[in-house]
Amino acid sequence: MTDARKVRLSLQSTLDSVEAAELIVQRMAELNGFDADEVHQIGMGVRETMANAVTHGNGLCPDKAVEFDASIDEQAFRVSVSDQGGGFDPENVPNPLGEFGLLAPSGRGLLMMRAFFDEVEIGSRGSSGTRVRLVKYRTKGAGGTTQEEDQ
Amino acid sequence: MSLSTAIRDVADVKVVDLSGRITLGEASGKLRSTVSELLDAGATKMVLNLGDVSYIDSSGLGELVSAYTTARGRGCTVKLLNVQAKVRDLLQITKLYTVFEAHTDEAEAVTSF
Repeated sequence: MTDARKVRLSLQSTLDSVEAAELIVQRMAELNGFDADEVHQIGMGVRETMANAVTHGNGLCPDKAVEFDASIDEQAFRVSVSDQGGGFDPENVPNPLGEFGLLAPSGRGLLMMRAFFDEVEIGSRGSSGTRVRLVKYRTKGAGGTTQEEDQ
Repeated sequence: MSLSTAIRDVADVKVVDLSGRITLGEASGKLRSTVSELLDAGATKMVLNLGDVSYIDSSGLGELVSAYTTARGRGCTVKLLNVQAKVRDLLQITKLYTVFEAHTDEAEAVTSF
C-alpha cells in the first residue's frame, strides 16, 4: 500500500474479496488515527457492504467485478462499493427488527452498515448495479486528538 | 481464523464450545452442520458457548437465529453462554437479545432448562 489514505481496486466476486476489503480498511483506519472500536466498526460495515455486493449483487459470478474505493481525509473515512448486479430498492428490504424480520435467517447487513457508519447512501443503477457510499466521521483529529481538543 | 467446534455432554445438555469467527461462508456452514447433527441425534437442550468467538457478521447472526428456530421446531431449546462484548453489541443492535437467553456461567446455563 503506497498511500495509506486512498485505495481503489477492482475485486473479484468472491468471499476472499470480502475478507480482503475488510482487512484493507481496518489497516487504513489503524494507520490514520481511528481508535480500536472505530477500526472494528469500519471493518464490519465494509464487510457487510462487500458481502452484499459479491453475493446478492453479483451472485458470486466470476465475470462480474466489484469496484471498491476507500479514502481518508481530515474529516472522515469514505468508502464506495459498486457491483454489477440487477440493483435493489432498500425500501423493499424487510425490517429486520420487525415481528417477522427478527427471526429471519438473513437481512441484517443493511442495519449493521447503518449502525457502524454515519452516512449510508444506496444508489440503485438499475441493470448497471448498485453503488453504496459509506461515510464515517472522525471523532478524533487525524493526529489522535479529539475534535474538542483541536478547537 | 476459521471456526472450530467441540461438543461436551454436561448432564443432559449438549454444550457446544465454539472458537474463532462466525462469518459468511465455511464458518457459518460449520455451525449449521454441527447443530443439525446434534438435532438429528435427538438433542433437546443445547448451549452454544461463544466465549472464544470474538467476531460474528450478519451471516453468522443469521446462522445463530436459524439454529434457534430450527431447534425450536424440533423440540430443542438453544441458549447462549459467555457472549463477548462486541458480539453482545451486535445482539443489541439487531434486538436479538430479546430472542436469545444468554448466560455468563456454565453451571447456571445448564441448570436453567
